[in-house]
Amino acid sequence: MNKRVGQKTVVFQNPPEIVGGYNVVGPKEGQGPLNAHFDYVLPDTYNGEKTWEKTESSMIETAMNEAIKKHNIAVGDIDYVLAGDLLNQITTSSYAVRQIGRPFIGMFGACSTMALATAVGAMLIDGGFAGKVLCATSSHHDTAERQFRMPTEHGNQRPLTAQWTVTGAGCLILSAGQSAQPDQAVPTGQPAKICVTAATLGGILDYGQKDANQMGAAMAPAVADTLLTHFYDLGTSPEAYDLIVSGDLGTQGLQLLKELLGKSGFHTLDNLQDCGCMIYHANQDTHAGGSGCGCSAVVLSGYLLDHLRKRDLRKILFIGSGSLHSKESLLQGESIPGIGHAVVIEALDK
Amino acid sequence: MTRQIKVTPQEFAEMNKKIRPKPKLLRNCFMAFVVGGAICLLAQVLINVYQYLGIGLKEAVTLGTVSMILLGSLLTGLGLYDGIVALGGAGGILPVTGFANAMVSPAMDYKKEGYVLGVGAKMFSVAGPVIISGTITAFLLGVLSLLFR
Repeated sequence: MNKRVGQKTVVFQNPPEIVGGYNVVGPKEGQGPLNAHFDYVLPDTYNGEKTWEKTESSMIETAMNEAIKKHNIAVGDIDYVLAGDLLNQITTSSYAVRQIGRPFIGMFGACSTMALATAVGAMLIDGGFAGKVLCATSSHHDTAERQFRMPTEHGNQRPLTAQWTVTGAGCLILSAGQSAQPDQAVPTGQPAKICVTAATLGGILDYGQKDANQMGAAMAPAVADTLLTHFYDLGTSPEAYDLIVSGDLGTQGLQLLKELLGKSGFHTLDNLQDCGCMIYHANQDTHAGGSGCGCSAVVLSGYLLDHLRKRDLRKILFIGSGSLHSKESLLQGESIPGIGHAVVIEALDK
Repeated sequence: MTRQIKVTPQEFAEMNKKIRPKPKLLRNCFMAFVVGGAICLLAQVLINVYQYLGIGLKEAVTLGTVSMILLGSLLTGLGLYDGIVALGGAGGILPVTGFANAMVSPAMDYKKEGYVLGVGAKMFSVAGPVIISGTITAFLLGVLSLLFR
């Protein structure tokens, strides 16, 4: 009966199902390599709104509403909405859930928020406290620039280690037990359901990194720690997964993660990827890749979910990474606390 | 016992130093020279044109500076100046056009928060520290020149 395994891992008894998802991205992301996996690409960064903050809020709202519509779910059946973003007091999410009117649990784990929401949502369902849960996160390049960096039109040279905040919002619907459309025949060989089967939530790890222009280095130790704990708790190794995908360490962060895992004896890591490295082409001038709550959210609800459905991927370890600093904390000389949250997502037979 | 990372923060800092990409210094310096040089050349051309039109040197220089501020502000408003700085680095930041960019970009961004507490309060958020350090430096140099005259 005990669902806890080892120090930090939970294994779900009745794995909650990911019924489906929906994502919205900005124009730059739409020009990226994952274009085919996005549901809606904004024509410009405002999308008809007066402020970028409103745009971001409308993006996450659209993602939630369209996911509900697409998968034919009654709003009243949603027991909890778990949502979060990068802006102060997660206002983006709060404004977005005004219309839904279901219990809202605000989530914050910086760029790890999607993994955190998915893990907590699965816990709520497997614990018997919810039947259906919405997990959604968003980020917007320009709102993040305004809050964390410089005015958007200010001229400066971004360091090569800097990551580009993704304009994107993604939503997943988690559900207990049966599929949303039970009468729909599942073709043979097709996966019947995509489930969250386990989760390892990480603690804060601070390796003294202070450079907000290299968040990958601040997060890599925390991600490595969560991964090692996960493998140890479950007695598995990286080879047990078709894909281990971090979100989002960026180019240098991913390299550091590989080196950290290598020092702990895990050398064959061909299946290790990073959402931040996947979302843009090399020539899109983002330097170290994408970041932001929306980055891993749109990669998970788009690319990863599509491949799990097609069964190109059968078992993945999705590990969100968060850089939990603020502009003020860094100006005061504090280092960056990093965090990593992992969820196992599998395409299971019915 | 959990399996822990076998790297100390100090070792990690060393690892990070090794993988950090080196900026292309020579190329960046060249681009700064080209972009900064082009902006200054344009200003000089404007000053010469104003003089040619019969304006005295002192006034022509002032007019040239004002014209470059206008140009920097305009290019910022059109969303082009950040691209120039991305290319030319300090070559785009140091001329007066860069200063105009530092004033206009927060004014544009914070207009949404209102004219008083938005534009008014935030307009100097980037340029303010530059003005303060400039004033302090000027004061110190003034004191030095007074002492060693």
